[in-house]
Amino acid sequence: MSDLTKLTLKDAVDGLKAKTFTSEELTRAFLTNIEASNPALNAYVEVTADKALEQARASDARLAKGEGGALEGAPLGIKDLFCTEGVQTTAGSNMLRGFVPPYESTVTANLWRDGAVMLGKLNMDEFAMGSANETSAFGPVKNPWKAKSSDAELTPGGSSGGSASAVASDLCLAATASDTGGSIRQPAAFTGTVGIKPTYGRASRFGMVAFASSLDQAGPITKTVTDAAILLKSMCSFDAKDSTSLDIPTPDWTQSVGQSVKGLRIGVPAEYLIDGMSEEIKALWQQGVAWLKAAGCEIVEISLPHTKYALPAYYIVAPAEASSNLARYDGMRFGHRAEEFSSLDDLYAASRAEGFGKEVQRRLTIGTYVLSAGFYDAYYVKALKVRRRIAEDFDKVWGSVDAILTPSTPTAAFKLGDKQIDPLTMYLNDVFTVTTNLAGLPGISVPAGLSSDGLPLGLQVIGKALDEATVFQVAAALEDSAGFVAKPAKWW
Amino acid sequence: MSDNKTLIKGRTGDWEIVMGLEIHAQVASKAKLFSGAAVGFGAGPNEQVSLVDAGFPGMLPTLNKHCVEQAVKSGLGLKAQINLKSQFDRKNYFYPDLPTGYQISQLYHPIVGEGVVEVEAEDGSFFNVGIERLHLEQDAGKLIHDLSPTESYVDLNRAGTALMEIVSRPDIRTPEEAVAYVKKIRTILIYLGTCDGDMDKGNLRADVNVSVCRAGNYAKFKETGDFGFLGTRCEIKNVNSFRFISQAINYEARRQIEILEDGGSIIQETRLYDPTAGETRSMRSKEEAMDYRYFPDPDLLPLELEQAWIDEIKANLPELPDEKRRRLMADYGLSQYDAVVLISEQAKADYFEAAAKGRDAKLVSNWVTNEVSARLAADGKDFSENPLPAAHVAQLVELIETNVISSKIAKEVFDYVWNGEGSPAEVVEKHGLKQVTDTGAIEKAVDDIIAANPDKAAAVAEKPQALGWFVGQVMKATGGKANPAAVNDILKSKLGL
Repeated sequence: MSDLTKLTLKDAVDGLKAKTFTSEELTRAFLTNIEASNPALNAYVEVTADKALEQARASDARLAKGEGGALEGAPLGIKDLFCTEGVQTTAGSNMLRGFVPPYESTVTANLWRDGAVMLGKLNMDEFAMGSANETSAFGPVKNPWKAKSSDAELTPGGSSGGSASAVASDLCLAATASDTGGSIRQPAAFTGTVGIKPTYGRASRFGMVAFASSLDQAGPITKTVTDAAILLKSMCSFDAKDSTSLDIPTPDWTQSVGQSVKGLRIGVPAEYLIDGMSEEIKALWQQGVAWLKAAGCEIVEISLPHTKYALPAYYIVAPAEASSNLARYDGMRFGHRAEEFSSLDDLYAASRAEGFGKEVQRRLTIGTYVLSAGFYDAYYVKALKVRRRIAEDFDKVWGSVDAILTPSTPTAAFKLGDKQIDPLTMYLNDVFTVTTNLAGLPGISVPAGLSSDGLPLGLQVIGKALDEATVFQVAAALEDSAGFVAKPAKWW
Repeated sequence: MSDNKTLIKGRTGDWEIVMGLEIHAQVASKAKLFSGAAVGFGAGPNEQVSLVDAGFPGMLPTLNKHCVEQAVKSGLGLKAQINLKSQFDRKNYFYPDLPTGYQISQLYHPIVGEGVVEVEAEDGSFFNVGIERLHLEQDAGKLIHDLSPTESYVDLNRAGTALMEIVSRPDIRTPEEAVAYVKKIRTILIYLGTCDGDMDKGNLRADVNVSVCRAGNYAKFKETGDFGFLGTRCEIKNVNSFRFISQAINYEARRQIEILEDGGSIIQETRLYDPTAGETRSMRSKEEAMDYRYFPDPDLLPLELEQAWIDEIKANLPELPDEKRRRLMADYGLSQYDAVVLISEQAKADYFEAAAKGRDAKLVSNWVTNEVSARLAADGKDFSENPLPAAHVAQLVELIETNVISSKIAKEVFDYVWNGEGSPAEVVEKHGLKQVTDTGAIEKAVDDIIAANPDKAAAVAEKPQALGWFVGQVMKATGGKANPAAVNDILKSKLGL
């Protein structure tokens, strides 16, 4: 039975359709795994076993009649950023501990429409602010991978650390995640999984706890590129309840997987060769270039000159939006409320000081500062101009390339607690991923190999706006060439 | 306006008041600006609140197109520039009546730009007030402090309701002008159907920016555009009646002049008018002013309008007060004064026009603006609730025009008609109020009165004004039904005048 949990999403869905096994069997297998593994990995903050079994039985009934959607009976993990009706949604924060939304996010509603089963809510950095899952109020998620050279517990990355860890350790078939500056792709790279952030506007943000509205996008973390194509299609939809949602059809991206990449022009941006990049990452990148060349791609050296300003611009825009988005957590209507206070202002201050963790407080402080009178033009307006330049950098190269290849992260997974003292080093994790958020472009991380210390490393493919098809096509080619089949040795 | 009117005498010389107003008008709409929740007066606390209004996690605003159309209409009514591209911004501050911690407004790129409004002053002259902008924004909820000694309650029914903020230029110079300006804006919005103008319910309220400067400095400001010629302003928040607007300005201008004359200086601040005490009080100074950290709302895309859509709205605008005033003067030969009184309420002007067809327009106007208006006012109603059909007024005037009844009797007829006894013709018939034009009957009455009062008849030759007494007696004798002109003629000839 436990073998069922090792299935890919595609094989599981096919197996369910072929009645090789039932959704209830599959769901129970995952619940058993979660029960055994979650105490060590801390990937789930809440397991919804009863709801999962109920959904599984309903799926089995539909499957028995030859009915069912694209995800019928498939047990998934849901990042705790997505509001789920009747199920606690915390965004990894004490501020929302005990908050049970009376509504469902559009992304998860789409999944239930397609027949998916919810195993539970996945741990994450508080309000998606973090790159190591250490800012979660529920404690850090552990990466199922460990280095050959050390027994130290490693970060699964963040903010979708719970999603990445759960997929990598077979605690769900696949998971939802979200990406504001790299929160899908960095954890995917750290755990040997696939993660894609689609074009901004593909997935509705309705019911997704907001971090930075203009950057937040939902996407999947999965075991394979095909699985990512399947799950992303279900997640995306036009939604009138989100003004930034795009009213366009969602293609069947599985068609792109396996299509020849011969003749595709792949850009390699010089600026991503950052100072101090390890030889290992450089080699991985060159390997990726070689694979694509061998598959018939034309490699084009390109320049994205404003890349170095992306991270500073991101750390102005994202906190600025967050400082406003998180103002609703004021202890008045829901969420944490201080018990002792002397005035209205004191109630706000105390509730927020108690409810928010340090990293969230740091970013809200930065965001409040950059929007303040006298600083607004120098910081926020300037950052928006930089953002425009970064988008223009990409616009300029699309005439000569079809997709761009970069590393996903500057390093492999690091030790938990390693970077907590220095936020700036932590922020560097996003250096290769933030550009696509700022420009609204799709980006995928594909596992491409292991570091010398035995840890997974990822390559990122960036595509034109709305051209996820080419992104999947190139990603599948890399997946094929890399033949990444390594699984973490079970220590938990 | 002449300088005399705008001058205020001080101990150390003359001063001028300068004012700019921000009018908050609730958009007439069944739904809120961004949430789809219902808008309405009289619902129970928190019954008209969506999860978006309450600021729940993951809730997003979506723009109500009808409210945009209402703002465009209002902009066109203010003869203002409609901006094809505008943007919503967040105004950030913490308060329990503001669930999201920010108000969605339009600071940087409002939907409506510059315009101008022609306002009638009390003396019949006109003055122009420049409109700086009109923008859309959300209203906040309401805090209720008097239900409990220890707790405050929050009602979010109002939260998220669409408001139009109309910002004027500092073109207003007297309390009377300020009131006239607000009245004019209110009338325009009511004509357009974009705001119900109900000030009692707070659906239209004004923030008044008041400053004073030395006589002559306003003219220098107008010449140069240099605000340095104007004094420091104080903003009086949320004044919600015409009377209070006038009182608050008078108090505030006096307060500022006294400070300046004592050698002090004005602190820029926000003040509240307390109608009970008749004074303004400091709410917060500029130093305490909140930093609202405005920035474009990333949940909403820039609002782009098509010129064709605006043209369509423009083509379907109702006739506005100024146009109506000019037309009533041209088509009916009314005086400006009469026209202004009629257009002050759209239903009043409509009522007039319905009654005036084929009749003496001046006479109809008098009946509408005097008797009908007075009766409605006594009943606390306006013309939209008028129970009296316009045809009745038309018939009443026709009866006067055709000498069936006198103007005096017409008042009596009107009483019966108002009390529901039927049409004027029916009332005249029923109560036998037809005017006596039979000169024989009038002559007889005149003869009788002269015979009974020989001394008075003799005296009238020396005191012609005593004729009035005889007219009165004749009218009394004929039950008021005698034609007054005929009575006059006959009396004069019989008395040898």
